[in-house]
Amino acid sequence: MKVPFAGAIDCDLHLPSPSMAVLMRHMDDFWREQFVTRRIDRMDFQLTSFPPNTPLAMRDDWRAPAGEGETPLDKLRREALDPFGARIAIGSILHGAIGLYNEDMAAVICSAVNDHLARDWLDHEPRLRGSILVMGSSPDHAVAEIERLAADRRFVQIILPVMGDFLPGKRQMWPVYRACEKHGLAVALHAGSTYRYPPTGSGWPSYHVEDYIAQSTAFENAIVSFLAEGVFNEFPDLRLVCLESGFTWLPTLLWRLNKEWRGTRQETPWLDRPPADVVRERVRFSLQPVDAPADGALLTRTLAHIGSDELLLFSTDYPHAQFDGDNALPEGLPADLQRKIMIDNPPACYPRLAAEAKEIAP
Amino acid sequence: MSKKRHVVAAVDEVPPGSRKHLNLAGREIALFNLGGEFFALGDKCPHESGSLCAGKIVGLAEADTPGHYRLSRDGEFVKCPWHGWEFDIRTGQSWCDPTRTRARAYETAVAAGETLVKGPYVADTYPVRVEENYIVIDV
Ligand code: FES
Repeated sequence: MKVPFAGAIDCDLHLPSPSMAVLMRHMDDFWREQFVTRRIDRMDFQLTSFPPNTPLAMRDDWRAPAGEGETPLDKLRREALDPFGARIAIGSILHGAIGLYNEDMAAVICSAVNDHLARDWLDHEPRLRGSILVMGSSPDHAVAEIERLAADRRFVQIILPVMGDFLPGKRQMWPVYRACEKHGLAVALHAGSTYRYPPTGSGWPSYHVEDYIAQSTAFENAIVSFLAEGVFNEFPDLRLVCLESGFTWLPTLLWRLNKEWRGTRQETPWLDRPPADVVRERVRFSLQPVDAPADGALLTRTLAHIGSDELLLFSTDYPHAQFDGDNALPEGLPADLQRKIMIDNPPACYPRLAAEAKEIAP
Repeated sequence: MSKKRHVVAAVDEVPPGSRKHLNLAGREIALFNLGGEFFALGDKCPHESGSLCAGKIVGLAEADTPGHYRLSRDGEFVKCPWHGWEFDIRTGQSWCDPTRTRARAYETAVAAGETLVKGPYVADTYPVRVEENYIVIDV
């Protein structure tokens, strides 16, 4: 169904991946020269995960380039910001730099992506907020990048692909989470992989469908890693946001977590209450893709199994092809839940959005 | 049905840290000696009826923060052999869900043979001798 009222917060919207020419404007002389002399200044550094010409990566009607005299921002307004009436939209750029083995080069591109996001998008559109792109393979760089950008309150989260060099709850990532918690940034994991490892536990799949389906398992692994390693204990104010994760698989994860915890909790004694309760408090999921049959009653049942109306965050996942026309909401969501998802849940998850709302309120 | 006093073992027979399986009036019971105190639990795990008597005796694992482990109440829990749920030997309460998931706990007492010989008690297999102490359970 169409979004029934304006003022939503769109928590997952994709901005186009900038060309190297654009990014080089945000680099110093050394790196500009490096990219040119190494002849990689025309390389697009696309992520192999969800490459842009696969069908799901871009809805057909959004695939056309910006029109005559239209800037990319105009196009974004026309296709995503205006039709869904979002008050705020959190934009991300998932750039292939995070997959590079050369840490210095990856770091400089990530920083350029973030500066491009701030200068070329956020500066021009007050509805936009941003995600800080960081390298999960290099926690040192991630911390430095967070510290560099933390003062810019328009960045509300960091973003990492759900599959990286190691499970994301691992202790080597804790300095990153410490920095996020300190600055009121959420940690977003987005569907995708740097392909350091195959996306399945049994090696490389052959087809796209296998890669898509493997994502939900990766999110399960990531959530369980956060719980088992104790990230939520160590960082009591930190929120984990799963973007483009789907959520219809969540009930069985919650059931299994609570069940297995009863017999194994001695290994991780800091998990001192049913882990599904911790997930309900600390993990959030973007709405799109919904992955449920069109029958609204089935979705309602899934949500009842999830057992909380606070977990979902409205998202269009623009420009990915998750729904047709303006029907960014699935059928069958009761009105009060629509409100929670679109208006109330996002600020409750993002400390920086909550702080903004306070400033605006009389 | 009124409860009957059963003499289940001589005290020396169940030394501290050990347990004994009992069948009293058709009930399976696990008897534990915790440092000289006796506790009896129904020997059916409330989950899926694993035998608690066959479980590992463990302490209580806790942690204030991740990676900082602490073991307290040494030997006061039994881990069900089937799926590992922990039960407080003193109360029968499960650690994971203490109010709703608990093993049945039976009162135990230690009685001197001298008083027991006067009866009444049920001790099919226990020749009670005046000079010994016995564990008794009312079922
Ligand atoms: S039967 Fe005891 S834990 Fe399952």
